[in-house]
Amino acid sequence: MAYSEKVLDHFKNPKNVGTLDKSKKNVGTGLVGAPECGDVMRLQIEVDETSQTIVDAKFKTFGCGSAIASSSLATEWLKGKSIDEALTIDNMEIVEELALPPVKIHCSVLAEDAIKSAIADYKKKNEMVTA
Amino acid sequence: MSTNRLIYLDNNSTTPTDPRVVETMLPYFYEIPGNAASRSHPFGWQAEEAVEYAREQIAGLIDADPKEIIFTSGATESDNLGIKGVFEMYASKGNHIITLTTEHKAVLDACKKVEKLGGEVTYVPVKNDGLVDLEVLEAAITDKTILISVMWANNETGVIQPMKEIGDICKKHGILFMSDATQAVGKIPVHPKEVGVHIMAFTSHKMYGPKGVGALFVNRKNPRVKVTAQLDGGGHERGMRSGTLNVPGIVGFGKAAEIAKAEMAQDAARLSALRDKLEKGFQDNLEEVYVNGNTENRMPHVTNISFKHVEGEGLMMTFNQNIAVSSGSACTSASLEPSYVLVALGLGDDLAHSSIRFSLGRFTKEEDIDDALKLVTAGVNHMRDLSPIWEMYKEGIDLSTVEWAEH
Repeated sequence: MAYSEKVLDHFKNPKNVGTLDKSKKNVGTGLVGAPECGDVMRLQIEVDETSQTIVDAKFKTFGCGSAIASSSLATEWLKGKSIDEALTIDNMEIVEELALPPVKIHCSVLAEDAIKSAIADYKKKNEMVTA
Repeated sequence: MSTNRLIYLDNNSTTPTDPRVVETMLPYFYEIPGNAASRSHPFGWQAEEAVEYAREQIAGLIDADPKEIIFTSGATESDNLGIKGVFEMYASKGNHIITLTTEHKAVLDACKKVEKLGGEVTYVPVKNDGLVDLEVLEAAITDKTILISVMWANNETGVIQPMKEIGDICKKHGILFMSDATQAVGKIPVHPKEVGVHIMAFTSHKMYGPKGVGALFVNRKNPRVKVTAQLDGGGHERGMRSGTLNVPGIVGFGKAAEIAKAEMAQDAARLSALRDKLEKGFQDNLEEVYVNGNTENRMPHVTNISFKHVEGEGLMMTFNQNIAVSSGSACTSASLEPSYVLVALGLGDDLAHSSIRFSLGRFTKEEDIDDALKLVTAGVNHMRDLSPIWEMYKEGIDLSTVEWAEH
């Protein structure tokens, strides 16, 4: 199958690959997918606690080109957004931006799940601290 | 290497047509245009002569009688004709067929059709090395069994089944033995009569001949085997396959068979050395590299390798501007399921997703292997840098204990 230019660009030059220190309480980590399914996405956010704004985002993904592009794009979109804004990111926006074909829509769903999972982790950590 | 050089390591999908084959075919498009079934003029006679010569060349390659070669459009048609044709022809003797879970879809789907038509099919699993367990195979035989169909060499792993031993089991029980030998013919010695194969499907384009022409070997004596035609028409090919013969294609198929017979041994020796170099190179360059399937009984030109914690399709994207290979990864198909052949080897879905098949061919050069080693190694390293499960593995986390959020 042919990939869109945008998928190829994110695949060749992925943005924000890496690992944040998950022991810090202002870092939220989402790990979604499974090796048996052929894709695993780990997306991390670092949140400025006073403004509740995402100041950094990193990912690592085991998966096909579309999965890697979806997570790379997600990290780009997350930076600078508030937690509440980040929660509104919809997988179909990723599909449109990357021109993903129907068979690759699950990659975008995985990216949305990873965002929500990272935010949930951040919230859980901080409620635990503030409680 | 130059960035626009293309390296073709997907010869199990199809092979380039040998230029010597193309040259032999050319006169049969315009100068000699006849229909081989035209019995009343020189155009037809010349075409028929060319077809019969090709039939001899092909029979010579597999040690058969030329009359035992039925021309078809390719191996898929041959597999269908063999399976369904036996099921219909031998309906009075029984309705049970035995095959393997690792067969090509052309065999498996023809068997599914047989089941819809009221037949019974047993799909025998293979061992972890891809070889059939002969005891399990024999135990599947019932008094209704009319056919055992086992592929000679597997398309994904190159594993070669114990054909002689299976032939002996079939003989002992008086059952017909069919083989899809698409990946084996022309590359290793394949002599159906010697091992007791009665029906055998193969095709031209996997052995440096043109696409669109294949054959079904049907044993003519001891026993005399017949298959019911699946196409109705003029009764060509001894009534087993109607349709005007593809004369240029058949001429090319014949030439390809002649070349294969002459050059098989030297091609196999050269390619197995290159294949071994590729495997050893990956094992030297990288950790966690697994060769899938039995490495003793396999085709000389194929290797199927899993690069652990790297997804196959993503890996291919790192080098597919230059190198053509195949992957057992789900993402290469619409089904999202990884290769059923590799899963049948007990590989685990994660390793199946991480597999790449390299299939070399007559036109593969040593520099192709050297460049492939460099590019694929770089690709694996790139993908592992991106892979969260590689990072977890390097941190010593046992991935089987992780609770994955499956989707």
